[in-house]
Amino acid sequence: MRVKKFILADIQKIAETEVDFQRAYKYRINVCCSSGCIPLGALNLLKTFEKLIKEQDVAEECLVARTGCVGTCSAGPVVVVESGGYIYQNVTPEKAKKIVIDHIVLGLPVKSLLYESKVFLKKQHRLVLRNAGKIDPYRIEDYIATGGYSALVKCLTRKSPQEVIDEIRISGLRGRGGAGFPTARKWSFVARDHRSPKYIIANLDEGDPGVFANRTLAEADPHALIEGLLIAGYAIGAEKAFIYTRAEYPLAIDILEKAIKKSEELNILGKNVLGTTLNFDVELRLGAGAFVAGEETAIIASVEGRRAMPRPRPPYPATSGLWGKPTVIQNVETLANIPLIIQNGGTWFSKIGTPKCTGTKCFSLTGKINNPGLIEVPMGIPLREVIFDIGRGIPDNRKLKAALIGGPSGGCLPDILLDSSIDYESLETVGAIMGSGGIVVIDDQSCIIDTAKFFIDFCVSESCGKCTPCRVGLLKIKEILEKIIQGNGRIEDVELLSKLSTFISETSLCGLGQTAPNPVLTTLRYFKKEYLEHLYENFCTANKCFKKKEILRIG
Amino acid sequence: MDDEPIELIIDGIQVSAVHDATILEVAKQYGIYIPTLCDLEGLTSFSGCRLCLVEIRGSPKLYPACTTPVTSGMEIITNSEKLKEYRKICLSLLLSERTHVCSVCIANNNCELQDLSNKLGVDHVSFERNWTKHTIDSGHDFLVIDRNRCILCTRCIRVCQEIEGAHTLDLKNRGKDSQITIDFDALWGDSCSCTACRKCAKVCPTGAIYIEDELISKTKDKNVVSFLLKRRMYK
Amino acid sequence: MSENKKPTLAIIWFSGCSGCHMSFLDIDEVLMELAKKVQLVYSPLIDVKDFPNQVMITLIEGAVTNEEQLSMLKRVRAGTDILVALGDCAVTGNVAALRNAEIDGDFAVLKRAYVDTSYHNPQIPKGVPKLLKRVYPLHEKTTVDYYVPGCPPTSDNILYVLTELLAGRAPQMEKISKFG
Ligand SMILES: Cc1cc2nc3c(=O)[nH]c(=O)nc-3n(C[C@H](O)[C@H](O)[C@H](O)COP(=O)(O)O)c2cc1C
Ligand code: SF4
Ligand code: SF4
Ligand code: SF4
Ligand code: FES
Repeated sequence: MRVKKFILADIQKIAETEVDFQRAYKYRINVCCSSGCIPLGALNLLKTFEKLIKEQDVAEECLVARTGCVGTCSAGPVVVVESGGYIYQNVTPEKAKKIVIDHIVLGLPVKSLLYESKVFLKKQHRLVLRNAGKIDPYRIEDYIATGGYSALVKCLTRKSPQEVIDEIRISGLRGRGGAGFPTARKWSFVARDHRSPKYIIANLDEGDPGVFANRTLAEADPHALIEGLLIAGYAIGAEKAFIYTRAEYPLAIDILEKAIKKSEELNILGKNVLGTTLNFDVELRLGAGAFVAGEETAIIASVEGRRAMPRPRPPYPATSGLWGKPTVIQNVETLANIPLIIQNGGTWFSKIGTPKCTGTKCFSLTGKINNPGLIEVPMGIPLREVIFDIGRGIPDNRKLKAALIGGPSGGCLPDILLDSSIDYESLETVGAIMGSGGIVVIDDQSCIIDTAKFFIDFCVSESCGKCTPCRVGLLKIKEILEKIIQGNGRIEDVELLSKLSTFISETSLCGLGQTAPNPVLTTLRYFKKEYLEHLYENFCTANKCFKKKEILRIG
Repeated sequence: MDDEPIELIIDGIQVSAVHDATILEVAKQYGIYIPTLCDLEGLTSFSGCRLCLVEIRGSPKLYPACTTPVTSGMEIITNSEKLKEYRKICLSLLLSERTHVCSVCIANNNCELQDLSNKLGVDHVSFERNWTKHTIDSGHDFLVIDRNRCILCTRCIRVCQEIEGAHTLDLKNRGKDSQITIDFDALWGDSCSCTACRKCAKVCPTGAIYIEDELISKTKDKNVVSFLLKRRMYK
Repeated sequence: MSENKKPTLAIIWFSGCSGCHMSFLDIDEVLMELAKKVQLVYSPLIDVKDFPNQVMITLIEGAVTNEEQLSMLKRVRAGTDILVALGDCAVTGNVAALRNAEIDGDFAVLKRAYVDTSYHNPQIPKGVPKLLKRVYPLHEKTTVDYYVPGCPPTSDNILYVLTELLAGRAPQMEKISKFG
């Protein structure tokens, strides 16, 4: 039997067939089966729904599908009934029955079970998460039906590699992995290089605690990532990409593996992609899960089979990356934006967000907040709107003390700075970073020094140990903070902390050490009063400290 | 084009260098002193100790001299007040990380960490010291490792892998828990890859690896690497 | 110049081995010169009960290991202009501080010294000053003005530091401050 070789025109055909197939159904029940909802019984729920529609004899008009994350993780398991986007929260098998009978059979949405979602979704702007919770990540057809792979087709038929890069340049897209480096510029470096082979690495390490945007993305819409990689490969002349992720993401790995396999079957990956001259392979690489393994030179070491330890740059990966070859390393969210930009044009994209910071950004909202979860907002939105509108504020009517933005090495911002806009430059001025998009909300029940110590602890245990400032310096910061918390701090410690923090950020080898002191630097900047209260008055506003006092120092 | 010498300035002195040379190499050539600990001529650079950081005019960042290649027109400052201060902090951190009691250390008077502290004026350590109890392995016939004095410069690992070709030594764990490990966490006496060539003991800058019953001043020999490399070239 | 107009000097010995004092005495004949310039108001060799007030320079040998030393340190700091940590024990904790590696280091050393190694009547003595949980270098418990590391510091270094201080200059320790 001859294996069918798919060509460019087949994408359109697949899309049409799938759209027709889906149109035959009046309802579609999307059961969120992502890492958040599965532990709450989502897979069982999926089976229940499948059984129920048969029992109720509505299988002809209702499709049940498993999807990725909707974003309202605190309300899981979550089920969405289309059309209309009715989000049902905390669904149990009993509630499932009610939903099927009332909503599907009788056409009456079950108001009492609906998720109060107005602001949560309205203030968001879901671009990279456009398909999250809407399509089945295991079915490539579902992705293609929403316009998937049409950007690739457009590139292969109507755009030269340089035109692709130009389109990205016009869009103003900047890396979403933390540093915000212009993506088009990175690509041009490598495109200009005439050595081969060249490589692309999709960075799906995501080691920040409490951050799960990239994982969610990969679990919900794996083909957007693969399409982004393909377009990047076409633009820079690479034939091989690695998706670097951690072994702790079993679901994402499974979904990606199957997606890669399916794409290969459809000739979207492999030799002569869709009948063109492009060759492109994607391989999954698993790391053991260390925060530092997300740093680009550490990824390179890890993919090459060595210990994930950063090395100094220059040389940058663009000139000497994987096995010394030109390499582009890109965050998963950055890559998922690519197909959209090609589809809709760079100009369209550049109008979203702010002029210098275009597009959207995903954030994981956690901590003391009513509505935690994964959100996507336009760049430039004020932090206050994210916390109080989308996140619906602090539980129990407590006061917000600080918001830590940028993950464990982000900055602790006080209430008065919440109106600053979320973009790379504004965040830097106030001492925070975009990082990979973690926002942790801290209420007035927490001691700010204890909070800073919590994040320093994380960096101490995640430091790779290569360079002195990060390995030992952070440990010393931790010890000093511990002493202050126990009530054994010295007045000079404030000075020492600030000197040591600046030293560590200026002398560390990689981004981990360079940013790790941020929580200390920003709390010293915005909450100095609390440090002084601890030191001079043995007073802690949150009444948490001084449990282990020792002999006081003299003189 | 690559053969043309590069012109640059180090501490106000006009110098010229070959393509691909590092700041440290050029400075050495011109007798300009930049302190180093992890770097050792002949081994690949590691850039971990951060003692060799220098300033480049026009950039707010600091650059490790041991790995940063020179470029034409660079203006390098190796001894600003800030750098001096930072080097002292760096040494203080190393001294406080593990148990360094020089008076009872085998490497007393023959230790690069001790020497540098002296040279750069570290007269006390303002951080509280950690008094560690890491394992000491003295099971080998004559090689001993005392991890309480290790500064994780990885010279031993690199010399073992790159010069001897045995790759007996490597790192395990991470961060403050990083340790030099032998084979797959074996005792040195049980190692099946160690050739007992002693190079690790020769290049270890501190009293962490030493040879039992041998004067440390006799053991230490930093130049063994460049000596061997030169010999091998002559072949 | 009358005796009491001369600058005053005090030397104290905490938990150290007295090696720093020996090194001090090793200044040899120059000691005579020094004696002309300063008045020694407190030292292990001088029979004064209380630490005087307004001492210009105090050299402290040894680490802080017990409560008595801690209160003495407080007294010294209050009565001294320029406090100098003399020798590695005062500067780093040195050998005495090796017990810090044990969680119950204070108990462990007492047990080792008075119980494990004693044949007759092994018991931890009462009435001696209570040991602190940890051993501290001076600057962890008070403000120190100058540090003269070394085990012991060379007599040249000690002389240099004293000469500079007496001349009203700050000693520069670069290149001469060797631990161990
Ligand atoms: C300690 C550390 C951890 C990082 N972790 C990640 C990560 O988990 N995911 C990621 O995309 N980038 C991470 N980065 C940033 C990468 O080094 C790199 O800048 C990024 O992947 C580039 O892609 P972008 O231009 O699309 O942002 C990390 C950087 C550092 C210093
Ligand atoms: S900054 Fe920290 S994580 Fe980065 S290389 Fe240095 S020790 Fe490793
Ligand atoms: S290794 Fe060097 S610095 Fe450490 S105790 Fe020995 S002599 Fe001192
Ligand atoms: S044992 Fe010696 S050579 Fe090896 S890393 Fe430690 S200090 Fe460096
Ligand atoms: S010598 Fe350059 S970092 Fe150690």
